[in-house]
Amino acid sequence: MTVHATEPDVRKRSTRATQTPSSFSLSNLLRRPESGALIATVGIYIFFVINGGEFFTASKGTATWLNPAAELGIIAIPVGLLMIAGELDLSVGSVLASSSMTLALVSGHWGQPIVLGVVVALSLGLLTGFVNGLIVTRSQVPSFVVTLATNFGLAGLALGVTRAVTGSTSVAIETDGWAKKVFGSYFGGGTFEVAIFWWLGVIVVVGWILHMSKYGNWIFAVGGDLVSARATGIPTDRVKIALFMGSAFGASLVGVIQTILYNSAQVANGQAFVFNSIIAVVIGGVLLTGGYGSVVGVVFGTLTFSIVGQGIYFTGWNPDWASLFLGVLLLIAVLMNNTFRRMALSYGPRKKKG
Amino acid sequence: MTQPLFKLANINKSFGTTDVLMDINLEVRPGEVLCLLGDNGAGKSTLIKILSGFHQPTSGEMEIEGKPVLFKSPRDASDRGIATVHQFGGTFPLMTIGRSFFVGAEPTRGWGPFKRLDSKFAGEVAVREMQALGITRITEGSRLVGGLSGGERQALAIGRAVYFGANILILDEPTAALGVKEAAHVLRIIMQARQKGVAVILVTHNVTHAMTVGDHFAVLIRGALAADFRKGERTREEITDLMAGGEAMAELEAELEAYQVAHHGHVPDPSELPANQSTA
Repeated sequence: MTVHATEPDVRKRSTRATQTPSSFSLSNLLRRPESGALIATVGIYIFFVINGGEFFTASKGTATWLNPAAELGIIAIPVGLLMIAGELDLSVGSVLASSSMTLALVSGHWGQPIVLGVVVALSLGLLTGFVNGLIVTRSQVPSFVVTLATNFGLAGLALGVTRAVTGSTSVAIETDGWAKKVFGSYFGGGTFEVAIFWWLGVIVVVGWILHMSKYGNWIFAVGGDLVSARATGIPTDRVKIALFMGSAFGASLVGVIQTILYNSAQVANGQAFVFNSIIAVVIGGVLLTGGYGSVVGVVFGTLTFSIVGQGIYFTGWNPDWASLFLGVLLLIAVLMNNTFRRMALSYGPRKKKG
Repeated sequence: MTQPLFKLANINKSFGTTDVLMDINLEVRPGEVLCLLGDNGAGKSTLIKILSGFHQPTSGEMEIEGKPVLFKSPRDASDRGIATVHQFGGTFPLMTIGRSFFVGAEPTRGWGPFKRLDSKFAGEVAVREMQALGITRITEGSRLVGGLSGGERQALAIGRAVYFGANILILDEPTAALGVKEAAHVLRIIMQARQKGVAVILVTHNVTHAMTVGDHFAVLIRGALAADFRKGERTREEITDLMAGGEAMAELEAELEAYQVAHHGHVPDPSELPANQSTA
């Protein structure tokens, strides 16, 4: 048997022959799952521009879907990261509520400095995420159940403590100065929430981590094949715990933002984010099985979700139908993700159909 | 003769009260292919899990280059130059070839907190290493691993192991899920690794594949080393008989032959065989 290329100099061989002329092409772009999310966002936007009229495209109209998109996005991006790693977080609703309530209790009810309230609220979020991650990695119980339990447990705790301390389920808090500016103010003529900047910050930071740093590679590997990832020496448990802390941190950040924005905290706040964040992530092309997804996709998924949810009010139709819209959209998104995944897994763009 | 690179002495492994491996003694030298043969359940998987650090032996010693070693984790084993490649390559279908090649050992460029993954370099190295192993179809490191065939995934995993300086390569049934041509290619890659001085431990139950590349053969039966011999010391039939649990296959053949002689070359109806009559 003749064996080629066994000489030691084989590694030094010129790489010119192996380089491709260009990695950018339309067919490559279409193979990416987030392309579906982009098409959905643009399509839905055009649909409501046509049916919603000029109020929809005016800055007030834009704010109606961009503001909720920002709040959802701050949670959906770290939840998406967690789903890429193959885990779910259903506890974001109660994390949001309890962080919000913690801030209102510490800085409103007890009158402590606002910075203390914010730090305690965000720490509570990180702690909840840490506990979620610890239970999931140690017990091997599916994160679906663990975080569902956390969601209920924390909701009960928040309600019990709030009622015991204040005798009410709603706590007021007055903020001004830097905290109001940083977390709960409006810009652009009082229409856009400052949360939009927080969202942009999360996009940049998490986008960097996932797509540019080596830790992103670890996240994809953990979601792609946990056993193989562990065999290559990736600290898989620590990666998962960090991601649970990330999604909980996103939720408690939104809790802080909402509390300061609306000058009050309600114990029942935030439960809508549990499923809305997952819907946004799935519309954004993240595979439910883990191992694939992108921050850009989740951003488009969030925008699509938010435009559908708010755009219907501009059409003059009965808004009762908005959920039906979202349900159908979610189903289409999942079906499209599967198709994109199949396309992405087939090698050879030069193959012509026919 | 060179010193053994990896040596097992009296390795025992039991899970609870079940003895899975009993008194295993094995040696593998650099540039040698050791074929680990055995039927399902013979303990091959447990043995390679011990070699790659997933399990610790209940008793016995392991030595690398004459020095005793103890693996507490797969990480320990890989730090000592042991790389394990599983049947499906142990790769990530939805990751790019470049990223998958470097999982857990990502090349970065840049400074401080802005260190970023060098995907261009990763892709180039992965493609180059695969091409060196004869996989010429792959020209883009940005493609997904899921688009590769089984043999190409094996090549990716073996290329990765060799690139990161593995000197002991454990291959777990690398050809089991492959077609004839692809299996031949993987065997060729094994020969290439062997020529570079890598010690290869090839786990298989395909005797033909084992005979093609093996220098040294070990047959496991119910957790014990039933035979340990070098290339050319046994025939293919003898090896098959050994793997099938010793005499079972030979007995069946002898019976069939006797029947054919007595019945003018006709093959018996299964119910007429003595073994089946006794259980009926």
